[in-house]
Amino acid sequence: MSKERVIEIQHLSKSFGNNEVLKDINFSVNKGEVVCIIGSSGSGKSTLLRCINMLEKPDGGKIIYKGKNILQEGHDIYKYRAKLGMVFQQFNLFKNHNALSNCVVGQVKVLGRSEEEAKEVAMKYLKVVGMENYIHAKPRQLSGGQQQRIAIARALSMEPDVMLFDEPTSALDPEMVGEVLKVMKELANTGLTMLIVTHEMGFAREVADRVVFMDKGVIAEEGTPEEIFNNPKEERTKEFLKRILNEDLD
Amino acid sequence: MSLEWLIRIATNYWPMFLRGAWITLLISIVGTVVGFIIGLCVGVIKTIPLPEKGSKRIFLKTINGLLSAYIEFFRGTPMIVQSMVFYYGTALVFDIHIDRLLAAMIIVSVNTGAYMSEIVRGGISSIDKGQFEAAHAIGMNHVQTMTNVVLPQVVRNILPATGNEFVINIKDTSVLNVISVTELYFQTKTIAGNNFRYTEAFFITSIIYFVMTFTVTRILRAFERKLDGPENYNMLGNQMQVAIPKKLD
Ligand SMILES: Nc1ncnc2c1ncn2[C@@H]1O[C@H](COP(=O)(O)OP(=O)(O)OP(=O)(O)O)[C@@H](O)[C@H]1O
Ligand SMILES: [Mg+2]
Repeated sequence: MSKERVIEIQHLSKSFGNNEVLKDINFSVNKGEVVCIIGSSGSGKSTLLRCINMLEKPDGGKIIYKGKNILQEGHDIYKYRAKLGMVFQQFNLFKNHNALSNCVVGQVKVLGRSEEEAKEVAMKYLKVVGMENYIHAKPRQLSGGQQQRIAIARALSMEPDVMLFDEPTSALDPEMVGEVLKVMKELANTGLTMLIVTHEMGFAREVADRVVFMDKGVIAEEGTPEEIFNNPKEERTKEFLKRILNEDLD
Repeated sequence: MSLEWLIRIATNYWPMFLRGAWITLLISIVGTVVGFIIGLCVGVIKTIPLPEKGSKRIFLKTINGLLSAYIEFFRGTPMIVQSMVFYYGTALVFDIHIDRLLAAMIIVSVNTGAYMSEIVRGGISSIDKGQFEAAHAIGMNHVQTMTNVVLPQVVRNILPATGNEFVINIKDTSVLNVISVTELYFQTKTIAGNNFRYTEAFFITSIIYFVMTFTVTRILRAFERKLDGPENYNMLGNQMQVAIPKKLD
């Protein structure tokens, strides 16, 4: 695997009031790599993802993309964001657009693609997520799993350099988790660069090239799934895994 | 009230009633449409996120302050008083005699705009934050987010409130008789005065007002349903070649 870095984060910090949510975060995502972020609730996983695409403004540090620090004044964050695909826990499909048009509108308005080209691209990715038969459906007419698959297609349609997922299956009924994870596994196999916040340990173990464990705003440990799940070095990683595996057994 | 007079006034004066009703409708339509557009613009400006510092922040804050003053003033004073101030004021201060009908349209538009601004602002803040975030995450700026994602939803949501404003305008244009606009109330006053038959003339007018407001309400309801589109979507069959529709939505 090539070691070309898509995104590199240096000394990133973020506070909400006096709540220090991210402290001196350093890590990078390489091209074609699938990185899973795990950690207990409130450890700052979502905030990290949201800082990476600037939905939250970091207080300090650097985010290096294509050799440039995007936190520098005057950087075109709209262009940058278009290069990162984001999939939310709550899907957030545009309610006023149908499935196809959800995947088209960004391409046309942001990337300046023609309507025709955008539709072709959208159809390609709607097929990838198995939703090509639902192009006329409005979000409210679809199940959670279907909405999330369209949300993935919408992000893919922008042909981003990296896809960010924030607990994409946490808001889904159990029987729909599988269909979304299946799509994500397929995407991982195509060599797409993915950064995934997840509570699905089985999934992380199976698809991740690297697992990052976050605790109280810092990266406590990172390594291959083998290292993290079978031989965790840090005490808090062990505790977290024990807790979460017990939950899964309940 | 006598039936004889009712019929006599109706048959003799129907062109005047009709003309009055038309002017009332015209002022209300223009006032509601222009007011709606004013409301959208003000609502969008008032929801631009304030930059953290710099001259842009001061500029935006000043604009917001002025817009708030506009809204408060026009919501806090009667339209009948606004019409007098505007119509006679422009004559006095600028020495221009503005056309009465035009003056009426301006008054109703600006007045409706003040109410619509608040309705739009409320509409925008009731849109799920996730809609903004998804639009931003895809790379849209404030204006693109508003025009492609937020405002279409806001417009749909505030349609009932807009219809309400329209109905209010149909009724409230009657106050414009103070600047002698020949709307329905003014016409009726003239007809009634000529014949000394107030009850009959205004009874006919009450029916005309009701027919107008009732019809408008029905038309808007139908329009709302049409905007919502079909309850069901057509699923494309598996065997079928998947056709790409020409038009979105
Ligand atoms: N907009 C905000 N304003 C204030 N505090 C916030 C905000 N967003 C997050 N926080 C706080 O930051 C901390 C980290 O939140 P974050 O959502 O990043 O955690 P998380 O690891 O994603 O948790 P979960 O697994 O529950 O999603 C929490 O203490 C949370 O209360
Ligand atoms: Mg989270």
